[in-house]
Amino acid sequence: MTDEPVEGVRETPLAERHVALGARMIEFAGWLMPVQYAGIVDEHRAVRERAGLFDLSHMGELYVEGPQAGEALARALVSDPPSLQVGRAQYSMICAPDGGVIDDLIVYRLGVEQYLVVANASNTAVVSDALAERLEGMRVVLDDRSLDTALVSVQGPESVAILSDLTDVDLGALRYYAAAEGTVAGVSALVARTGYTGEDGFEVFVEWERAGEVWDAMLEAGRPRGAVPVGLGARDTLRLEAGMPLYGNELDRTTNPFEAGLGRVVRLDKGADFVGRAALQKAAGEPARRKLVGLVVRGRGIARHGYPVLSGEAPTGTVTSGTASPTLGVPIAMAYVTPRDAEPGTMLDVAVREQRVAAEVVALPFYRRKR
Amino acid sequence: MVPTDLRYTREHEWVRVEDGVATVGITAHAADQLGDIVFVELPAVGAAVAAGKTFGVVESVKAVSDLFAPVSGAVLETNGELGARPELANSDPYGEGWMLRISFSDAGELDALLDAAAYEALVAEG
Repeated sequence: MTDEPVEGVRETPLAERHVALGARMIEFAGWLMPVQYAGIVDEHRAVRERAGLFDLSHMGELYVEGPQAGEALARALVSDPPSLQVGRAQYSMICAPDGGVIDDLIVYRLGVEQYLVVANASNTAVVSDALAERLEGMRVVLDDRSLDTALVSVQGPESVAILSDLTDVDLGALRYYAAAEGTVAGVSALVARTGYTGEDGFEVFVEWERAGEVWDAMLEAGRPRGAVPVGLGARDTLRLEAGMPLYGNELDRTTNPFEAGLGRVVRLDKGADFVGRAALQKAAGEPARRKLVGLVVRGRGIARHGYPVLSGEAPTGTVTSGTASPTLGVPIAMAYVTPRDAEPGTMLDVAVREQRVAAEVVALPFYRRKR
Repeated sequence: MVPTDLRYTREHEWVRVEDGVATVGITAHAADQLGDIVFVELPAVGAAVAAGKTFGVVESVKAVSDLFAPVSGAVLETNGELGARPELANSDPYGEGWMLRISFSDAGELDALLDAAAYEALVAEG
């Protein structure tokens, strides 16, 4: 645990603000990022009850434009981007030929021939390279604007109230997984109703140099409504309660979307041939080798990433993510287990150091907001 | 400022010795670094602990950390309150957040520990 800057680590345009706000900064995916400000539990609760502000400028923004942009993405990704209406978005993945997940993505259709692909910071370079290779020879231009595009997110029940003071975008008309261009605090922005917390919220893409103004305005508008800045620590506990996968934990090159319970993302019915199709078609037709489940720990202990899961004496899988749930007040986890142990209600054990701790399989998500 | 009447390990535990009983906990610096503490795993009463060896685990929302015994002896008592209220280790690390009481015999072990000034210097180094 050190707070010292690491050589060669990138900073978002908001790094100085995070430090001034009392953040503890860590290196994450090559970026210096706030892991927490006031504390993970307080920040988590603020997002569930009021609102939280996130700096996600480390994430990758890849623009794909041209007459064949949609067709090219349909061939490169497992989803079907050309089926999107302009102004809508879809959760997607880019897979290897063997069906393993290279990254999970959000694809926005910004225009008839223009798409924005948002990638995880840790995978941006890999995704950019893979897209470049897969788009070659088509009438399409790939433009990696990750280092020109900042991303500020507001999440939580007060998000609409906070952002509506600052934007000319009609937030009432902006549906979940939709995006619109406009201004936020006088700065040109793409405003998307997306997030990674299980709450209503917005992600605001702005030019790198203007991110500070936008962050300051959102924080100022948010303060009277109880909004606080939120670090990566609470981002992780929020997404885990919401049952959302994290690349590197629930998803990786050795995992296919069906095992992760995300088979619906793979559009085998689309016209285009796409990378990974044959392997994924096969995976779709076979019983899964393992399934992603939710676990609620009933004994004493916290299940963490990498801990073995047992059914009686037999190994059945591994924990992918786990924490003490701030909302539910119990330890929760996600784990891959053999399919026969995946039914909700099944009692399993997690090996927590030298002990076995009882855990019950539950349906995901752990938390669903009231609408 | 750290309490001047305690001794400290380099792993950020404190120990207070009174009448042959050593009370052990983690320092405010350790608690702050860990963040919200959500689970403390302690040995059974009667178990032997050894100076410099792990005796338990403290978990925050984010991380798992080992606890190291400052001195050797047998566990006389553990802080049962931490089962229901692990956050006491954050809010009152030198008081209600105590973890173990150990029967303590080898006064020489205390000499190997840091005094308050040396511990403060360690924390300041980062």
